[in-house]
Formats: sequence, structure tokens, C-alpha cells
Amino acid sequence: MTMNTIGRPTAPDANAGASVSEETFSGSKGLAQAEPLIFERGRTDVTGVDLPAPSGRADRLGGLKRQKSCGLPGLAEPEALRHYVRLSQKNYAIDLGLYPLGSCTMKHNPRLNERVARLPGFADVHPLQPEETVQGALAVMDELAHWLTTLTGMPAVALSPKAGAHGELCGMLAIRAALDARGETKRRRVLVPDSAHGTNPATAVQCGFTVEEIGHTADGRVDLDDLKSKLGDDLAGIMLTNPSTCGLFEREIIQIADLIHEAGGYFYCDGANFNAIMGRVRPGDLGVDAMHINLHKTFSTPHGGGGPGAGPTVFSEALAPYAPLPRVTRGADGALQFIEEDDDAEGAPFGRLCAFHGQMGMFTRALTYMLSHGADGLRQAAEDAVLNANYLLARLRHVMTPAFEGTCMHEALFDDRFLKGTGVETLDFAKAMIDEGYHPMTMYFPLVVHGALLIEPTETESKQGLDRFADTLIDLAEGAKAGDAARFKSAPRFAPMKRLDETQAARKPVLAWRPAGAETAQS
Amino acid sequence: MTTYYSKEHEWIRVEGDIGVVGITKYAADKLGDVVYAELPATGKAAEKDGVIAVVESVKAASEVYAPVNGEVTEANDALADAPEKVNEDPEGEGWFFKMSLADSGELSGLMDEAAYKEFIAGLD
Repeated sequence: MTMNTIGRPTAPDANAGASVSEETFSGSKGLAQAEPLIFERGRTDVTGVDLPAPSGRADRLGGLKRQKSCGLPGLAEPEALRHYVRLSQKNYAIDLGLYPLGSCTMKHNPRLNERVARLPGFADVHPLQPEETVQGALAVMDELAHWLTTLTGMPAVALSPKAGAHGELCGMLAIRAALDARGETKRRRVLVPDSAHGTNPATAVQCGFTVEEIGHTADGRVDLDDLKSKLGDDLAGIMLTNPSTCGLFEREIIQIADLIHEAGGYFYCDGANFNAIMGRVRPGDLGVDAMHINLHKTFSTPHGGGGPGAGPTVFSEALAPYAPLPRVTRGADGALQFIEEDDDAEGAPFGRLCAFHGQMGMFTRALTYMLSHGADGLRQAAEDAVLNANYLLARLRHVMTPAFEGTCMHEALFDDRFLKGTGVETLDFAKAMIDEGYHPMTMYFPLVVHGALLIEPTETESKQGLDRFADTLIDLAEGAKAGDAARFKSAPRFAPMKRLDETQAARKPVLAWRPAGAETAQS
Repeated sequence: MTTYYSKEHEWIRVEGDIGVVGITKYAADKLGDVVYAELPATGKAAEKDGVIAVVESVKAASEVYAPVNGEVTEANDALADAPEKVNEDPEGEGWFFKMSLADSGELSGLMDEAAYKEFIAGLD
């Protein structure tokens, strides 16, 4: 019997690696492989498809046939597949960990949603199919509309907007149509608080309005005196987020709505933060005339699951006649049908927002989320989201500096006073979080808070998960105060890419890959 | 040549009957690296405290207000290719635009350098 006398070591050598460089020969770090652009990985003499050259067809290009290769690289199928799988593994996702991006409601997307969305009766239908063959899909839209109007206390909803900002466009176009129908074409001024999402003023301008900013009080709410001074007979309305981007409930919202209505304007509410009040507060009771709901935030599927979002917009009695087409109704025979044209003389829709009916995949996921939670479950989700944010605020308020006093709603907002004198800025702090394995929170927004750090944990996180996160932030904040600025300035050290030059990227953006030697062929 | 400062961190340097306008070093430092400046067209009416230009940094886009009434006579086109001048030399080569002055008496409502220094010292 021959014994293998050179045994394979089975335990790590305690003395190994002490003086070895962190750099590798390949640029990869273990299983975190370095990944170039797909164009750089491919070669111009390779193609992933191998088709015989076409024959027997007349050349109709009149001599304009390409004479030489355009230099586009090709890859074999496994190379292309590996490229995208590697990229996907560099991604941070809600399925990997806490995603505290404020004002984005990055909540867990239940897998049941995905199962339902893939049912062939929902996934494999075409928008031009005969209505009698898609009654199930229409029933989903009808039921979803019922839930949305019930949750908001608003009588009408347009399901077709395809994102939050698209929903804003929908609401503001309805306001404009209503003003025009009143013959008040001079009402073109829209008030927007200084803490608003940037999409609000952008939407107003896109719809032909001018924007006037209103300030805030020391406790982060809309400055009522400033608001009152900016009313007038040229007022079209207000665009207000509640809870605001400061994570605060606008306590005077009913008075604000009354003031706007008395001045002859309409109240657009940005519903991005509906997750904080869902099942607790009905925007219709607050005097809201139009509000979009991000199905892809409030009702799971954060960021649209990487795909499209959906921003259905609800309307008050005053604006309902101007809601866009199409809408789903039940005909005399009991079958559901689309109203595609304004032939029922009931309203004056301002038109359509998209070619078809909206994002079916979002409708099925959102309705699945609603039905699986029930009305009481939705209310609890909102309550837990607010509780989680306040738990983080309470744990962090002694080491970080809350932007405003008191409790918050669904997100905790800090400013950068706690970093003063440390040499560490909000950006550095966020980058250091990447090294600790967390996606950074929203930073430098809202603009009204200096060096803002906006944390929205959502109801998804357990107390243990929140504690781990809070412990990490406390360690970082104390590290910054203890003079460990180098840790922050060099972060991220453990990400696939180190700190990127955002200034250079903005000043001299390189937006297209070009083959080597083709620099002269630009534009 | 006297330079005046506004509470919104614009400066205006009066050269004869023309005022050169830009943003202060304090503002440029606060903004961080400037990547773009949207400047007014020549001939545009400058309305005191009205938005006249936009400056965009890696952190945020900010509005620039006209410190006095008048009319824009020239924009600093060099900023289009070199917005970094706003950071490097905010009160020199990083100027935004030149304007005529409707009423030079309005300048007395602005701060001089010493008053502005005192003003920003109270902000941090």
C-alpha cells in the first residue's frame, strides 16, 4: 500500500498573507471578477450566430453595401451570458439587504406577486385582443381601480400613467383642462414647496405653468404665511407632497387645501409617500383634487422590479370629468369593456397618456399585494413603516443630527451637522456605507436640509435588521468624529469600482463606446 | 471699481456703467464642483431678485438672482467649455454675465466686502 506522504493542508496557515498586496494579477478579487464592457470583451472576428450567407436575393441597395466591417465586436453565447450574470452579481438589490433609499419605498416584493404576474392570462395577452378574450385582465384593472379609489377616498382613477412623474403629468393636464373649461386660461401659476421632488416643478412647467416656490417653517412644514401671500386670481393650484420629503406630515393640510380652493385653484398631491398613510388617511378627505400612486413603491415591486413602473392617478369630483382615456366599465351585458373614445358625453377627458392601457404587470402585482394583505394588512404595513423609521430616528438621534425636532413619518431625515469639523462629508459617509455592505440612503435631498441623509427603512425590516443597520451607522458616525476621515475619503474600498469622478463625468461625459482607433469618427 | 454682494451670494463689480456679475467664493465652495452654468442671452432684462441664471454642481442645481435691475450685455461663453472656472476663480474668470444698470442707486442696497464677510460668518 502506497501512502501519500505529502498531505494536503486542511487548515489555513496562520502566518500566511500577512504581507501580501491586495492587488491580484487579473484584477479580479476572488469571486468578484473584474468585468470590462461587453464591447471590450468581444472580438470583431467572432459572432454568436453562424448563419449561411443569404443567396438568391437581388441587391436593392444600389451599391451602398458596406465594404468592410463596422468594427462591432461579437461574443459566443456563453461569453455573453457570463458577462450579464457577472454584472447582475455586482448589483445591490432589495433581495440582498436593506435598501434605505429615502423617498423611494424600497420594500420587499413578495414572490406571490411574481407568480400571479406570470399567469398566462395576464402575462401573455395583447392590448389589441378582443375584449371578450381578456375579461380576467379587465377584471384585475376594475378591481384595482376599486381598491385605489377606496383607499384614497377619490371617485375616479386613471390607470394608464406609467410612472410617478407620468402620473403628475396626468394630474396637471387634468387641472389645466378643468381651468380651460372654466374659461380661466390666465390661471397658470403653480405653487410648489421648496422641499418638493424635482419632478413637481418640472411637470408644472411641462404643462405650461409657471412655478412659484413656497418656503418652510423651522419645523419643516409649509410656511402658511408665505403661501397666503402667494395666492391670487392667476393661481392654478399647488403641488404638495404629504407626508413631505422631510418625512413629516403637513399638519395644516386641510387649511392649505381650503386656501387653494377659495383662491380658485386645485390641489395636486404627490403620492410618492402614500406608504406612510395608506389605510390610515384618505387623501380625498384632505381636499386633494388629484394624486398619483406609485404602484411600484407603495404596493411592492420597488423600482418596478427593474421593469416599468405604474403611476395611476386618482381624481376628485371636480377633476374626474377631465381624467384621460381609456377607462374600464361594465357594459349592460355584464361584460367589462374599455371606454376608448369620448362618446358617452359624460365628461371632457383631456386625451390619452399612452397608446394602450398601462402596465398590466404592475396591475397584477399591486392587486396581489392588496388582496394578500387585506385592508387591515395595508394599514399595518403603513404603521410598521412609520414605526421602523421612528425606531431608527430614536437610535441614531444621539450620534447623528436629525434635521427637525420630534417624530417622523416613514423616513428619518438627518443633516450633516454631526460631521462638522470631521473632514467627512455626506458623500463620504454614504460611500463608507457601501464598504459596510449597505446601499446608501438618499443624500443631498431634500434640498432644504444641508448635506441631507434621508433614510426610509420601510416595514420590510425586522428589529434585528434595523439594529444591525443602526449599529453600523453609529460606528461610522463615531469613527468620523474620532478622526478616522481616511476611511471615509478612500471609500468605497471594497466595491467593484472605487470612488468615481462624478465631476469629470458631468463635465465631460463619455456616452458611447467606440472601437480603438475610431476617435476621429465621432459624431 | 467697487464690488457689491447680495444675500443670495451674487457679486456685482461695477466697471463704468456696466456691472459684472458672478457668484461668490463662499457660494462656489458650498456648491462643490460646478459642471454647468445656464447663462442669460444678451439683451435679456435683468429684474432685481429675479432668476437670471442657473448653476449646476455635482450636488444640486441652484438659481442665480440678478442683484439689481438692468439688461444683460454679455454672457461669459467661456464657462460652457470650462465650468470649473467658477470654482477656480469665482470672482474673476468665473464671472457669469455683464449687465447695464437701470439705477446705480440700487447698489447701496447691497453689501460691501466687509459686510458680506460678516454676513457669511454668521451663516455657518
